[in-house]
Amino acid sequence: MSKSASQVQCAIVGSGNIGTDLMYKALRSALIRPAWMVGIDAESDGLARARASGLRTTSEGIDALMPFVARDSIRIAFDATSASVHRDNAQKLNAAGVLVIDLTPAAIGPYCVPPVNLGEHAGRGEMNVNMVSCGGQATIPIVAAISQVQAVAYAEIVATVASKSAGPGTRKNIDEFTRTTARGIEKVGNARSGKAIIILNPAEPPLVMRDTVHCLLDSDPDRDSIRRSVEAMVARVQHYVPGFVLKNGPVFDGKRVSVFLEVAGLGEYLPRYSGNLDIMTASAVCAAEMFAEEIASGRFAPPRPAA
Amino acid sequence: MNPSTVTLHDMCLRDGMHPKRHQISIAQMIGVARGLDEAGVPLIEVTHGDGLGGASVNYGFPAHSDEQYLRAVIPQLKRARVSALLLPGIGTVDHLRMAHDCGVRTLRIATHCTEADVAEQHIALARKLGLDTVGFLMMAHMSDPAALAVQGRLMESYGAHCVYCTDSAGYMLPGDVTARVDALRAVLGPQTEIGFHGHHNLSMGVANSIAAIEAGATRIDGSAAGLGAGAGNTPLEVLNAVCHRMGIATGVDVVKLADVAEELVVPMMDQPIRLDRDSLILGYAGVYSSFLLFAKRAAARYGVPSVDILVELGRMKTVGGQEDMIEDVAINLAARKQSRTGADCDHAA
Repeated sequence: MSKSASQVQCAIVGSGNIGTDLMYKALRSALIRPAWMVGIDAESDGLARARASGLRTTSEGIDALMPFVARDSIRIAFDATSASVHRDNAQKLNAAGVLVIDLTPAAIGPYCVPPVNLGEHAGRGEMNVNMVSCGGQATIPIVAAISQVQAVAYAEIVATVASKSAGPGTRKNIDEFTRTTARGIEKVGNARSGKAIIILNPAEPPLVMRDTVHCLLDSDPDRDSIRRSVEAMVARVQHYVPGFVLKNGPVFDGKRVSVFLEVAGLGEYLPRYSGNLDIMTASAVCAAEMFAEEIASGRFAPPRPAA
Repeated sequence: MNPSTVTLHDMCLRDGMHPKRHQISIAQMIGVARGLDEAGVPLIEVTHGDGLGGASVNYGFPAHSDEQYLRAVIPQLKRARVSALLLPGIGTVDHLRMAHDCGVRTLRIATHCTEADVAEQHIALARKLGLDTVGFLMMAHMSDPAALAVQGRLMESYGAHCVYCTDSAGYMLPGDVTARVDALRAVLGPQTEIGFHGHHNLSMGVANSIAAIEAGATRIDGSAAGLGAGAGNTPLEVLNAVCHRMGIATGVDVVKLADVAEELVVPMMDQPIRLDRDSLILGYAGVYSSFLLFAKRAAARYGVPSVDILVELGRMKTVGGQEDMIEDVAINLAARKQSRTGADCDHAA
């Protein structure tokens, strides 16, 4: 498949499930081209698949990528590793003029939830944006849809994920998930106060991700306006996450508004029940494409080191 | 094998928050806790029903914060220690530090019976802070004994002093309990205690607790007057009397504990703790006990039988914390009913 010469070259740091799924999505993009995958495990399936797809790879970690950044014109990097190593990765990449899209809960940079605030990140020269969390990407758009109609005093999300779809990274970062997602609910969802809950369920067959949003409004809900706003937002998310479905609601009970969602994955590299991972990778690619457009048009010029 | 001593751990001020919709008053907490202390109960749990940080739309907002309850109760007690419960995914290490700061000396970290590894940072921190640290494996009926033992061993490796087999759904029979406590006892180190937490949904609370004791459990949860989720916890004053009869030392006075149950806890109940049809079906279907009142409310709101909601939640294999699915199921059942009858149905939406 021939691609335009103006495609922006990207690196994927992290060769696990998220990194590999990111790669397949990025390969379909007209705006970005995944040129490198970086891992730390030579035997990893992700690195093998990357090589088979024509990417350059290294299993020696981020330091092995850095000498090639300028030569291969890497402008954007996805960090799909873990919160504890993100700061180090980001520092090295930014120093080389690479914009980082952070899929860990480290959240050094501002939150990016594409259907809500993608445009806000354009033209700001940001070098690091954070994708919050899987639960955040699924629910913050809904909180925003409601807060756009009426003030939301408090918003709470409950993310339920199949045990098989929650890897060691998620499990070690459970607290970080709840904290980062709660802050995202406040800053991007625009609720005055936020809370995030995550439940893992080992049922077989694995359950498809479920997300519930509960909002407490300051005043009685304008039901029709809220319903329209939520449905419009669901449609926006579905543009890049086709498996994102409004199952029930909005339900109204006094000042409470509740929305029940399901997120099914595409089922290509990752299984269908891993909607939690799919929405993260889809959102990250969406963000990368926006930045790629900015870079290709010359509107975004991160400082480049002397060659 | 009959151990000579067990530690009774009262749950009526934590699990009891569920039937009280988390509305126990400070005065009630203090009164009951002092009564339990005077009766000799060594360990009393005080937290939102769903643990530290449980205050939420999903589980219910409490009358007072965990911090307010803990700071009110702990200074009032002479001998009893207070524990707090924490479910990773709901509460965080920040809540844990707060509880420690309030004077909590036992921290119980609860996960679904297959997900011990989400508790690693919490168990490790509790241990580091010098707390008596308990790993609490919930819905233990959903794991076979060998698998449960693997998770228990993980919790022990993170630093737990005690590992619990928790019958959150009140589903187990004595043989199920024996098998699981045996399996835990076989893999855990001799210094690691084993605990059992029962619910009375099949009327097996006391029997299951005795089975646990005979298999080597030395910490047993129960609630004065059974005040707890579902059909209640193992009624503590009944278990205490049975232990005395069997020569198992508890250090708790039979009559004094019965006094607390009768004179302080029963008058506090919003509705009698009773093994009604809903809690029977809940236990039979293996559903998390705290879902009971939510199912009853959803049934009333959406016009579907609570039993149908509970059976469906059991079929879906829902786990603790999934209260949001109760309303979702009720809405689906109501929609199915409407499309079947073809008649207009007034959704309270």
